[in-house]
Amino acid sequence: MGLEAKLQQDGFITTTIDSIIAWARKSSVWPMPMGISCCAIEMIAAADPKYDLARFGSEVMRFTPRQCDLMIVAGTVTYKMAQVVRRIYDQMPEPKWVIAMGACTSSGGMYRSYSVVQGIDQFLPVDVYTAGCPPRPENLINAVMTIQQKISKTRARDFQDQPFDNTIITNN
Amino acid sequence: MEQRPTVYSDEKLFKKLLEDKNITIEDALENEMVINMGPQHPATHGVLRLVLRLDGETVLSALPELGYLHRGYEKMAEEMSYIEFIPHTDRLDYTGTMCNNVAYVLAVEKLLGIEAPKRAQYIRMMIAELSRLAAHMVAIGTYAMDVGAVTMVMWTFREREKIQDIFDRLAGARFTTSYTRIGGVASDADSVTLKMVRDFLDQFHSALDEMDKLLLSNKIFIDRLEGIGVLSKEDAIALGITGPNLRASGVEYDVRRAKPYLFYNEMDFKIPTYTDGDCLARYWLRGDEVRESVKILYQILDKMPQGEILANEPKHTLAHKAEIYTKMEELIHDFMIINYGINPPVGDVFFSAENPKGELGFYIVSNGSGHPWKMKIRSPSFCNLQAIAQLCKGAMISDVIAIIGSLDPVMGEADK
Amino acid sequence: MEMKELIVEKLKKNFGEFVQEVTDFRNDLSITIASNKIVDVAKILKEDPELEFVMCKDVTAIDWATRKNRFTVVYHIYSFKNNITLRIKANIAEESPAIESVTSVWPSANWYERETYDMYGIVFKNHPDLRRMYMPEGFQYHPLRKEFPVLGIPGSLPLPGKI
Ligand code: SF4
Repeated sequence: MGLEAKLQQDGFITTTIDSIIAWARKSSVWPMPMGISCCAIEMIAAADPKYDLARFGSEVMRFTPRQCDLMIVAGTVTYKMAQVVRRIYDQMPEPKWVIAMGACTSSGGMYRSYSVVQGIDQFLPVDVYTAGCPPRPENLINAVMTIQQKISKTRARDFQDQPFDNTIITNN
Repeated sequence: MEQRPTVYSDEKLFKKLLEDKNITIEDALENEMVINMGPQHPATHGVLRLVLRLDGETVLSALPELGYLHRGYEKMAEEMSYIEFIPHTDRLDYTGTMCNNVAYVLAVEKLLGIEAPKRAQYIRMMIAELSRLAAHMVAIGTYAMDVGAVTMVMWTFREREKIQDIFDRLAGARFTTSYTRIGGVASDADSVTLKMVRDFLDQFHSALDEMDKLLLSNKIFIDRLEGIGVLSKEDAIALGITGPNLRASGVEYDVRRAKPYLFYNEMDFKIPTYTDGDCLARYWLRGDEVRESVKILYQILDKMPQGEILANEPKHTLAHKAEIYTKMEELIHDFMIINYGINPPVGDVFFSAENPKGELGFYIVSNGSGHPWKMKIRSPSFCNLQAIAQLCKGAMISDVIAIIGSLDPVMGEADK
Repeated sequence: MEMKELIVEKLKKNFGEFVQEVTDFRNDLSITIASNKIVDVAKILKEDPELEFVMCKDVTAIDWATRKNRFTVVYHIYSFKNNITLRIKANIAEESPAIESVTSVWPSANWYERETYDMYGIVFKNHPDLRRMYMPEGFQYHPLRKEFPVLGIPGSLPLPGKI
C-alpha cells in the first residue's frame, strides 16, 4: 500500500523521526559534480534525457559545495588537484557522502605515473567506488542508489555530535 | 583600541583615509581586485584555472594556470609499447575520442611506413567524422549552457547519445573506444552499424535546424556573444591557434585539405570560414562544420568499399583473434608483437590530423625498440588556450565565460 | 621536392657550417643547426618572403641520456604559403642546458618553451615568463628526463592530510 493510500484511509502514520529524516535525506541527494576529466562527460550523460538521474532525486547538480551533500569525484585526481578536491570537500556541510567514479579515482586506474594520486581514498573518505573507465551512466545511477541505501540506514543523531568542520588543509 | 573597519586590508590606504579630510568616496573605491576562477568552476570546462585582475567588472589581465590534470602521458608513453598507448589516446580529447585514436595510429603507421587497407581507412574516416559530430555537440551544448541557454545541452546530448550508441555497437564501448589498431581497425563495421549511421544522419538535419531555430534569432544569445573576444587573423597565427578558432578568424586552414590523410582528398566538402573572429563566429563555425561533416559522412557511406580491415603486415599488425587461436604463425607473431613490440625503424616523424579542437600532432622518436624513445603530443587545446590572456584583456567578467566556451578547450588534452 | 632544397640552400648560404645535419625521413625535412644560431635562423625562416614560416606549431626536447650533447630541442614550424612543416633541431649540452628563446620571433613559443622547461629543465634565455607549466611551483625535478622514474619520487608532491 502506497503512502498516499494509507494517508487517505487513516489520515496519519506512525514512524520514527530517524526514518522520516533518513527518507527525506535519501530522496533528495544533491550531488556536487566534481568533474575533472573524461568521467565528467559520462556524468553529464547520466543527467541527460536518456538516463535521467532526476528519477532518483539527484538532478540538482550544484556547483557550489555549500549546497551539496554528495560529492561525485569524476576524473583523474592529480596531486595538484588533490588539494583543491579536499578543500571543496571540507566546505561541504555535514552529513556528506562521496562517490569515487571511475577507475582513476578508485585506484589511479591506467595512470601509474608520477603526477596521479593512486586512489582518492588516500585523502578522502569514500563511500561508494564505481568501477569502469568510464563507468556507464547506469553504473553511476547504481552508485547513487547505493548511496541512498546507505543513507536510509542512518539515524538523525549519527551526525549531531560532529562540530562544524572548518579545518584548513595542512600539507603534510 | 578603536574599532577598525576590516574592509581595508591596506594599511597605508587606511591611514590616508583617516587623515585626509577631503577624501571622497570615489577615492576609497579606487581599487583593483584579484579573483580566482577555477579550477573547480562549471564554466571552465574541466580544471582550467584563471586568475583575473579586475577593475570593477573589467578584466585588466588574466593569467591562466594549467596542470591540474597533468597525467604524465609523455612519460608513460616512453614505458609502453606502441599498441599499449592506443587506449591512452582516447582520454586526450575525451569529447571526440575516436579522432585521437585515428590520429595516433596514422602517426605510428607513418613511422612504420605501412598503410591500412582501403576499407579500414574508410571506417576510420567515418568514425573520425562521427566523433567530430560528438565533440561539437558537447562544445555547442556546453557553450550555450555557459551563456545561459540550458536547453541546448539537453538537446545536443540527446543527439550525442545516438552517436555513442553507434560506437557502442561498433567498438563495444560507448565512450572510451580504443577502436583503431596499427594497420587497421579492431572490428569490421557490419551492415547494421552502417544502417545506424545512415538513420542517425537522416534525422540529424531536423535536429540541427531545431537547434539553430532556438539560438539563431535569440537576441539575448547574439548580444551576449557578438563582438566579444575578437581574435585577429595575424594574432591567431602568431599564437599558434588551429582548428575552428583559427578558421573563425579568417584563415582557411584545415589539415584535411592542406595535407590530406586517409581519403579526404576524395571527399567533397567545404571549409567554412568566418572573418569576424569573435565568439559568435566561433559558435556558428562549429555549427557549419557539423553540417560539412554530415555531408562527408553521406559520401563515406555511399563509397564504402568492401575488403580486409587489417593490413597484411604480420610483423607490425596484430592478426584477427580467431586466427591467433587457430594458426601457429599468427600466434607467434601475436606473441612477439605483444611482448617485444613492433620495432619501427630508427627515426622521427611528426604527423598531425584535424581534430575537433584543432590540429592534433604526434611527434614520435624511435630508437628501433618496442617503446617510443620520445613521444610528444601537440595538443590543440593547449595551443588554443594561449589566446585566453589576450582575449580576456579589457573584457567584462561575464565575457570571460563566453570566451572560454568559445575557445572550447578540453583539459585532458591541454594538460596531457 | 624543390621547396625543400630551396630551404636547405637558403640556410646553408646564410649560416654555412652552422647547419650541421639535414635529414629527410618519411618525407619530414629536418635540419639540425648550431644552438647559438637559433634565433637568427628563426628570423630568416619567418621573414624570408619565399619561405614565410609564420606559425610555430610546437617546441619540445629530446633527452638522449647517454650522448655527449644530451638534449636536443626540436621546433616544428609551418608555412601557410608553401604548405610545408619543417623541423629544426638544436643540440645542447648536459651541463646547465640553455638555449635562446624564440618567443621574439614566434609568440606562440611562449607556452611551448615553458612546458619544455618544466619537463626537461632546459632554460630558455630571454623568455618573458619562464615558469613551470604543469607541475606545481616548488617541485624540484623535471619529469621527462630519463633518470626520473615514471612513478615519481615518493614525497616530492604533497597530499592533503587524511581525515
Ligand atoms: S576512469 Fe577512465 S574515463 Fe574516468 S577519468 Fe579515469 S581515465 Fe577517464
